[in-house]
Amino acid sequence: MKRLTTPLTRADVEDLRVGDRVLLSGKIYTARDAAHKKLIELIEQKEALPLDLEGQVIYYVGPAPARPPAVIGPAGPTTSYRMDPYTPPLLALGLKCVIGKGPRSPQVKAALQEHRAVYCAAVGGAAALLAKHIKEARVVAYPELGTEALRELVVEDFPVIVVNDCHGGDLYQEGAARYRRTGSTG
Amino acid sequence: MRMREISCAEIVQTVRRLCIKANSELGPDVMCALEGALAKEESPVGKDILRQILENHRLAAEEEVPMCQDTGMAVVFLELGQDVHIVGGDLTEAVNEGVRQGYTQGYLRKSVVADPLRRVNTNDNTPAIIHTQIVPGNRLQITVAPKGGGSENMSALAMLPPAAGEEGLRRFVLEQVERAGPNPCPPVVVGVGLGGNFEKVAYLAKKALLRPVGEEHPDPFYARLERELLEEINNLGIGPQGLGGRITALAVHIEVYPCHITGMPVAVNMNCHAARHQTAVL
Repeated sequence: MKRLTTPLTRADVEDLRVGDRVLLSGKIYTARDAAHKKLIELIEQKEALPLDLEGQVIYYVGPAPARPPAVIGPAGPTTSYRMDPYTPPLLALGLKCVIGKGPRSPQVKAALQEHRAVYCAAVGGAAALLAKHIKEARVVAYPELGTEALRELVVEDFPVIVVNDCHGGDLYQEGAARYRRTGSTG
Repeated sequence: MRMREISCAEIVQTVRRLCIKANSELGPDVMCALEGALAKEESPVGKDILRQILENHRLAAEEEVPMCQDTGMAVVFLELGQDVHIVGGDLTEAVNEGVRQGYTQGYLRKSVVADPLRRVNTNDNTPAIIHTQIVPGNRLQITVAPKGGGSENMSALAMLPPAAGEEGLRRFVLEQVERAGPNPCPPVVVGVGLGGNFEKVAYLAKKALLRPVGEEHPDPFYARLERELLEEINNLGIGPQGLGGRITALAVHIEVYPCHITGMPVAVNMNCHAARHQTAVL
């Protein structure tokens, strides 16, 4: 088990390998489909983003509403492939880690290697447990998007698994190949 | 049978309660299957994931919070006795009002858009998907099964020719599980509909997800097929969350219905490990 604190450095990222279990602490940001679309529009119009991406982490999540006094509702990862078209331009701006669930496109995997970044999975459907590791939450942009707003979270020992490292490894492919039993007709 | 009156107010309250309960409390059958999966899993990452899932589901039940942030679209199955008289309003509106109250008062996520292309959120998770069956008797059985997008998006339907037979069915189911990979949040429950026609087969696959995990098909022919398919799926190696391992599915449930001589409809409806549903009888 490795422990990392954000913002992440190039050395932090290069040290990670597929299958590493990491406990992440510090500030991270949330964004999913709609917020990504807005960020990309700003980049295309050469306008300033509402956050500095250098060394940062984006978590693909649309949390459930917070029941007071909780700071956030259950907050597990959403499926990542929907963010594939938006991810390489954000990595080019210094984003070092993205957290979601499910496989990424070849373009995202290549961009992770090129820009020295990692893709991690959090456990899908472990939303109540993951919310326990979120200590603070505030909306930093796009409040009108509701659950899809861009939020800044402060996390403590947030558990993730490295799926695509910056060396070209892919745990979805390697893991399934390792446990596949031959003779299967699938 | 004597006619019984059931009020819409009672239906609203019941649906409200079932929406909240189904999202925070998993059935003992699924919890038991997840414990069994942890015992059998060989992958260290897979074991770690299953532990997190079990801890999550216990925590959600204890604290009465949703186990997953995707609290789904509310799928509601009504078994309405033919000797029931619904009073005090409109049955469909009563179900939707229950969903509205459950999702807003229960701090559940609102994940429904009013139109598939224009995509404006309805902000109260209505409308529900309602399936009504008229049955003998004077009771109303209500089942609420919240269904998340991740697994629903990995579902599929095919109109296979009769010559495809058992092998065609097998191949189709395995292809869907393999194609879905990590996306439906394995370990999954695989609902399979077989027969009927185009719309019936999708309904059968959904209905199959309501059967308690661990309960086999009553027909030994299909019970055997379910066991064999489960083994073949678990041989794919996809594993918990798709990161490799022995346990990709907790169960395969097949529901069948007679069909036309020219066809063999088959549908696969995936359910994530949060195989949620709660039932009440009025």
